[in-house]
Formats: sequence, structure tokens, C-alpha cells
Amino acid sequence: MLNATHDFCTIPMPDEHYGLNDYSKGMPRWCPGCGGHSILTSVQRVCKDLQYPPEKTVAVSGIGCSSRFPHYMGTYGFHGLHGRAFPVACGIKFRRPDLNVFAITGDGDCCSIGAGHWVHAVRYNMKMVALLFDNGIYGLTKKQTSPTSPLGTHSNTHPEGSILPPINPLQTTLGISNASFVAQTTDWNVAHLYATIRKAAEHPGFAFVRIVQRCPAFMRDLYADLSGNPENLIYLKSENGINLEPNAQRKFERVIEHNPLNINKAREHAEISDGIPIGLLYQNTENPRYDTYGAHNLGMNATDKKQGIRELLDHYTIKNNNS
Amino acid sequence: MDKHFHSTVNVDDTNRLVDLKQVDETIIEIVSDSGEGAQKCGQSLGAISAKMGNGVWTVEIIPAEIQPPARSREGASGIRVRIGSSKVTNMGNHANLVVALNEQVIYGRLRQDAYNANTLMLLENKWASHVSEDIRIQYKEAVNEFRQIGIEVFEIPMEEECLKLIPDARKGKNMWALGLICYMYSRNMDLAADQIKLIFKKKSQAIIDLNILLLKAGYKWAQNNLSYHFEIPPIAVDHDQVVMNGNEALSLGIMAAGIELCSMYPITPATSVSHHLAEHFHKVGGIIHQAEDEIAAMGFAIGASFAGRTPVTVTSGPGLALKTEFLGLAVMAEIPLVIINVQRGGPSTGLPTKVEQSDLLAAMYGQAGDAPKIVLAASTIEECFHFVILARKLAESFRTPVILLSDANLATGVQPFTRPNIKTEWFAPPYDQSPWQAGVSPFDWNPETGLSKRPIPGQKGGMYTVTGLAHGSSGEVAYQPEVNQNSAESRSRKMASFQRTLKPPKINGDSEGDLLIVGWGSTLGAIQEAVQQARNEDLKVSSIHLKFLFPIVPGLVEIFARFKKVVTFEINYSDTPGHPMITQENRRYAQLASYLRANTLCNIDCFSNVHGQPMSPDKIYYRIKQELSEEQSNLSHLK
Ligand SMILES: Cc1ncc(C[n+]2csc(CCOP(=O)(O)OP(=O)(O)O)c2C)c(N)n1
Ligand SMILES: [Mg+2]
Repeated sequence: MLNATHDFCTIPMPDEHYGLNDYSKGMPRWCPGCGGHSILTSVQRVCKDLQYPPEKTVAVSGIGCSSRFPHYMGTYGFHGLHGRAFPVACGIKFRRPDLNVFAITGDGDCCSIGAGHWVHAVRYNMKMVALLFDNGIYGLTKKQTSPTSPLGTHSNTHPEGSILPPINPLQTTLGISNASFVAQTTDWNVAHLYATIRKAAEHPGFAFVRIVQRCPAFMRDLYADLSGNPENLIYLKSENGINLEPNAQRKFERVIEHNPLNINKAREHAEISDGIPIGLLYQNTENPRYDTYGAHNLGMNATDKKQGIRELLDHYTIKNNNS
Repeated sequence: MDKHFHSTVNVDDTNRLVDLKQVDETIIEIVSDSGEGAQKCGQSLGAISAKMGNGVWTVEIIPAEIQPPARSREGASGIRVRIGSSKVTNMGNHANLVVALNEQVIYGRLRQDAYNANTLMLLENKWASHVSEDIRIQYKEAVNEFRQIGIEVFEIPMEEECLKLIPDARKGKNMWALGLICYMYSRNMDLAADQIKLIFKKKSQAIIDLNILLLKAGYKWAQNNLSYHFEIPPIAVDHDQVVMNGNEALSLGIMAAGIELCSMYPITPATSVSHHLAEHFHKVGGIIHQAEDEIAAMGFAIGASFAGRTPVTVTSGPGLALKTEFLGLAVMAEIPLVIINVQRGGPSTGLPTKVEQSDLLAAMYGQAGDAPKIVLAASTIEECFHFVILARKLAESFRTPVILLSDANLATGVQPFTRPNIKTEWFAPPYDQSPWQAGVSPFDWNPETGLSKRPIPGQKGGMYTVTGLAHGSSGEVAYQPEVNQNSAESRSRKMASFQRTLKPPKINGDSEGDLLIVGWGSTLGAIQEAVQQARNEDLKVSSIHLKFLFPIVPGLVEIFARFKKVVTFEINYSDTPGHPMITQENRRYAQLASYLRANTLCNIDCFSNVHGQPMSPDKIYYRIKQELSEEQSNLSHLK
């Protein structure tokens, strides 16, 4: 329903209605053609369509080009340390169930320096949207090899070509116990990008989205033919997956029927190398959530707290021996 | 300490009438291989004594490994308990009594100067008739060696006596030994039985009964066989007290501060704070998060604080090192947060279970860039409790991280203190969710104090982005020279404004004299005891103890000027002058000394070592005499 709201809607709106403007701030300083732009507007649209109050929404990031993201959101934001978006995002969410959290991370940020936190954030399964801006390169520091750079990538740290096979972020995430939502999309298929982030925002747990992102400055060739040729996108189709309008669906020449409950199939599709599978690879809404644990026992009043400590102190007390 | 064991004993001579002698205090050690329950025995002795109204201080003797080889010298595991008729503030000097379950562990403690000719030793004698000839010889040689030092050694059939009651003497000998000590020092046996019920509360009634039986058997045996019988009169106190160790005090302080989240990663000797919290935190609406590492623990706490929840993170040296980048962010982004560092020996993994005060400079200066923050150090168990509440308040008022330093000595030391009267104003208030005042920026730095108010997510109209990048008052990234200068200045001003609220430290002793000792942290009790001893001999020595380390307390230059010599006493490394490689110029000073020299331009000396042990009053006292005689000879040299 909310999907149908138009920006130019003429019906009188209640005071509390938020428009796209409420979620934006400043002018993004990303390069022209950078995938960041469409991701930003998609997130803003999702926030608007779900009518997230901006003051109840937090965008958290690490460091990198992609991690500039919170500065362009009209919500609360936290632009922290390289690799450490997840611990901060989890700390925010743990005892504030009322906040909507987006965790923004780059491929170096998530899969290299922050890889330890990535594993654990997936396992904590706190409700938030985790967006991996995967451009296969270190953007901010100007073209060093990233853990997701394809084998042989020429970079400033490997001028002769990178020597190790890349990490597959989908496969890695699928391998972490308690993973509950793994999806893939691209920055250039905006309809799918929007639908994926929307689905992620509605997921009751940690929704991990790998966004295949173009970096015209340093990886001009990486997705050149992919983005130009729709044949290279493989649409994962399912009733309970990420669904586009039939018209938009018809544009995909390669379609795979995939049930997102099937983790083994998801792992198989994650290995596809002659194209980019997009859609929901895996979802499980039943997994335990660490934020539900964090949200219990909140807001105890001072009287009860005092009582609690006093009773505890009783165990350590020696009565005055002079009375 | 005078020798209060002087009569000889005849083990066969039973049922004699023994005089009850009063002593002001005693130091008892129980040592064994690890896993034999010596610590449980000593902790119980401490608790019983505290409940009887005695002053108490306990120090655990912990081998670095969990299961060192049996009968190894380095494997000494146990506890020291100092019990007195007045307040006890430190571990004291040589032990009066040691109860040892094997002779080899004694060597380890002798090397640490724990015993001397005044020490009485009650030694398990089963080794004398051990099947292994090697062990029999080792035992015999050791006993001879101890006697040559002048230690009175009594060989006690502990195993034999315990086997009369239980099939495996390893499990229960500690309570038999407790009974023995209870007789020797007239401990209240009802309290002792209660204590057993408490420590075995999760075990079956049969186990409780058996341990009480062992306790009574030990008591009875001592009554029949030992001629030592003492009394340590209690202190008269007219108020309720609590007795606990420093880590329990930190944990209770965390609760009393209204902290709602402890985000941590296990590390000795800080871990037991989180164990205590894990058991009790829910009673005050708190929760523990065991993070994947210390970096994450810190980031998680910072996230929680940003979102208005009041967190603490608890760690030790290596963990503090991992937290440094986030600490810099917390300073830069002005995020209130309490970081507790229970110091151990360093650098690196260092001495995990032993005391050191080597993280002072790391706490003050350990971050990249200019990152001023408040650093406090607790010097008593009581301060472990109250300083968390203080640190929490300071963090919020000054919008800054606050590091609270404790150490391995305070962590396991047990001491009674006045029962705190919990106050609502100690609790962190609920976070503000009212609309943010229009027109006020998120870093609206007061030009005089540097202070500003922060918006909390949920506050309408307060939306801003925290960043570790240089930023202006609205939080916007800004690299202009004057903006960066101004924001750095504002963060620094907060320290100055806090410093202006502090008072000069109290002087222990006269306000002028020949020697001033400056200490910080857990050495307080030992320093004061040594100073008292020296002052009793009319030596003109005083001491001050610093609790606020950063920013520096006011009035120091003036205090230092009134003493001929100022020396810091610290448990950290400094070069000893006199070595051929060490010159006036290259000598590295102890950490507080370096800091005070730099900030006061006074010629402050230091006495320090990294022996991994608390400083004993004896060592401090001898050093005081040495410092004063050096001073004397320097003066006469000048004449
Ligand atoms: C501790 C630390 N190490 C290194 C850096 C430098 N650094 C900043 S961003 C970055 C890599 C960014 O790459 P990625 O995460 O892929 O983000 P992108 O810029 O491509 O969006 C590096 C190495 C840093 N800021 N902090
Ligand atoms: Mg990148």
C-alpha cells in the first residue's frame, strides 16, 4: 500500500507524514556514476515508504567512500571507524528496539578489516539492514586491492595483478550460523535495488545485502559489460523472494526459480560465476535474535534498582557490633 | 612484626590447658598446588574475620597457568589474609603463619620474600612417607632448609586425619585446615559453618555436612595438639559495613551508577567483574554483552552511549590497547563512556595475574592525535565502588570518556568498608526524548568551558551525524584550520573546566618536611603504614596519594616546594640510577614521576619496580630511610 504513495500526492497529509526531503541532507560527494547515489536514494525511498520517523532512524557506517553515507541522510548518523560499523550499529540497536538501523559498509570495511565483526554481526542477528557496497576495490584510499577484487585485478598494491582468489561475501555470510537474510542486488537496476532494501527493512533480523556496485574511478571495466547487458543478471524468482512488477521481470532473460528457504540451493547459486544472481538467496525468520535478548528488562525504575542493590549488599554486610 | 609464636609444641602432648594470647594482628598464608582449595580456605577465613569485626585484607597468590605441574615452585597457589584489630589497608610484610599442603610451593613464596625467621609453618607431612624416594628426599631437604632460615616447621598429618572422614583428601583438606586456623585464632565456629553453607550453596546437603565435619575435625585436632591459641579483638564499629573484593566493588559500583550495559571481552584480572555482573546485573535492569573482541566491546558501548544508554566496558592492559582507536573516536565525537582498566603486568601479555601500575601513560596518552580524557585511579576497595559512580557522572557532565584504573591487587583484595547508602541521584537519569531545542547545534561548544549538550536519537529535530573526522559545531566535516583548532581547543577546555573543580590532595603527615612520597592506586595502604612507622621515629616524611590523574590535580607545585625531596612510589618500570648505561639524561622515570616532572617542572624522583607484587610497607619503610640518608649525605656533601 505504502508503495503507492506518490511524492506529488495531493491528498492532505497528516502532520507526521515524512517526504523524501526529510531523509536527505547535503550534496553527496561521490563521483559521477558512482553506485552510491542510487543506493542512497533507494534507502531514502524505503525510509519514506515505511514512514520511518527520521529521529528514530540511524545510519551507521565505517570508513570508506561508501561510509560517507550517513552524512547524506537526514536521520541520525554515525560515521565511525574503518571496519567497525557493525559493533557500533549493534550497540545502538541492542537496548533501543525503537530505532531503525542501517549499517553501511564497504568491501574493505566489511570483508577485510571488519571481517571479524561481520561474522559476529550475522550471528547476533539483530534487526537491521546491512548494506555491503561492494565495488571490488578500496575507493577512498585510491585503488588498492580489496578482498573482493577479482583475481588478477591491477591495483596500486598489485600492479601485476592480484594473486589471491576473492572472498565471496554471499557464500561467507551463508556459512555463518544464524544467518537469516542474504540477498544480492546491483546499483544499476534501481527497481531491484529498491525492492531488495525494502524486503531487507521488513525482515525481522539481520538483513545482509550485497550490492554489486560500480566504481567508475577505479574499476571502470569491472561491471562495464555486466551493467550494459541485462543478460548478465540472473533473476532469482520466488513467491516469497524479492519480486518486481511483471513488466520489470520480463526484462530478465535468465531466470532461476529459487526457494529462499533452501540454504543448500542458495549456496549453489552464490557460486554462479557467469553472471550475477540477484534476489533473495536465503531467508529464515525464525532464527534467535540477540536484540530481543538486549531489549528485555529495560526501563527499571529507580526504586526497584535501589531495592535490587540493597538486597545484594545485604549479602556482603557485617552488622555494626556496637549496638 | 614481633614474633608471636614462641613456645615450642609437642604434637603428642594432648589436652593441655593453653593460654589465650591477644595479638593486634596476624598475617596468614595458605599455599598449595592449584586446585586444592587454598583460596577458598583463605577467602572464608577473611570473610569470617570480617564478620567478626576485624580489619581484613586478602591477596590471592595465583600461578599464571590454570594447572601448573604438581609440587612445582612456580605453581604456588593460595592466599594471604591479614587480620587486625584496626583497619587493615594492605598485605603487610612477612607472614606469621603459613599452612602449606606441600613443601615445594613454599620455595616460590620464599623467593617473593613472604616468610622469614618469625614465620611459623604448618606443613602437610604425607610427603615424608611418600612411595617415591625422590619426593621423600625433597621433603626432608626442604624441611631442613626452612629450619635453617629460622622458620619453625611443624609437620602435620593433614592427609591422614582427613582420610578418617573422606576417601579423597584433596577435596576437603582445605576445610580441615580452615578448622585448624579457626582454633588457633579463636574464630567464631558458627560463622565458619555459615560460611561453608554459603560457599557450597549450590552443592548437596551431604557435601555441606561433610565439609562442616572436616572443619570441626581440624579445629578439634588443633585444640588437642597445638599450643598456639590467639585472639584478635575486633574493631568497634558503630555502622554497618560491607566486605568484598575490588572487582565485586566495581561491579556493585556499576550497578549503583545506574549503568545499563556492560560490554566486555574476558581478560584477567578484569573478568570477575563481568562474572559478578552476569549473576546480578538483571536485578538493576542491566545486561552484559560479551563481544567478539575488545574493539567490538568498545564499539558496542559507544553505540549504546550514542543511543542514550549508559554503558561501561571493563578490561585490562592488552584490551585497553585494542580499544585505543575507539577511545580516540569517543574523545573526538564526545561520547560519554566509562572504561575500567584493571591493570596487570605488561607490556603485551605480560604478567596476567600480577599487579602492576604500568598503564597510566597509556591511559592518558595512548591514542593517536590529541585525545584528552579524564583518568581516575581507585586506591581502595571502597573507591572501586564509589569511583564508578563518580566516573559515570563525569562522563556525562563533561561529554567524554573516563578511564578508571584499578589493578590486580585491588581486584582480589578483600576489605570491609562502610556500607554505601544507595542514592537515586547516583543513577544515570533516563535519556532525554523531548524535542531538541531548535537552533542549538550538536556541538554548541561553550567558548569558556568547552561544554556542549548532545542530542540522543529519538529527539525530534536533533538529527546529526557523529563523525571521527574533524568537524565544526554542527557536526559537519570540516578541515579548515581555524575550525580544527577551535574544536581541539573545546575538547581540551573541558579538561580545564573539570580541573578547576578539584581540590589539592590531602597531605598525610606534616605539610612540610624532608621527604614527600607521592603514590597512586593500590599502594595507598602500604605507603601510609610505612610513613606512619617512619614518623613514629620522628622522620620528617609525609605522603600524598593522587586519585585524579588526568587532568592533573591543582596545588602540586606548592606542596612539592615545601619538601626537600619528592619521590613517587610506583609499581612500574624505571631505570635505576647508577647503572653504567644510565645517565641523568637518558634515565627513564616511573610513569607518574615522568608526568609530574613534565607538568610541574619539579625535580621529582621515583622508586619503582616490576616484581609483580604489591609493595610491602617494609620495603617502602626501608626505602624512606634510604632516601633520607641519601638526602643527608647530599646535604653534607654540599656544605
Ligand atoms: C584503521 C584504519 N586503517 C586504514 C584506514 C584507511 N582506509 C580508509 S577507507 C579504506 C578502504 C576503503 O575501502 P572500502 O571499504 O572498500 O570502501 P570504499 O571506499 O571502496 O567504499 C582504508 C584502507 C583507516 N581509515 N583506518
Ligand atoms: Mg570498496
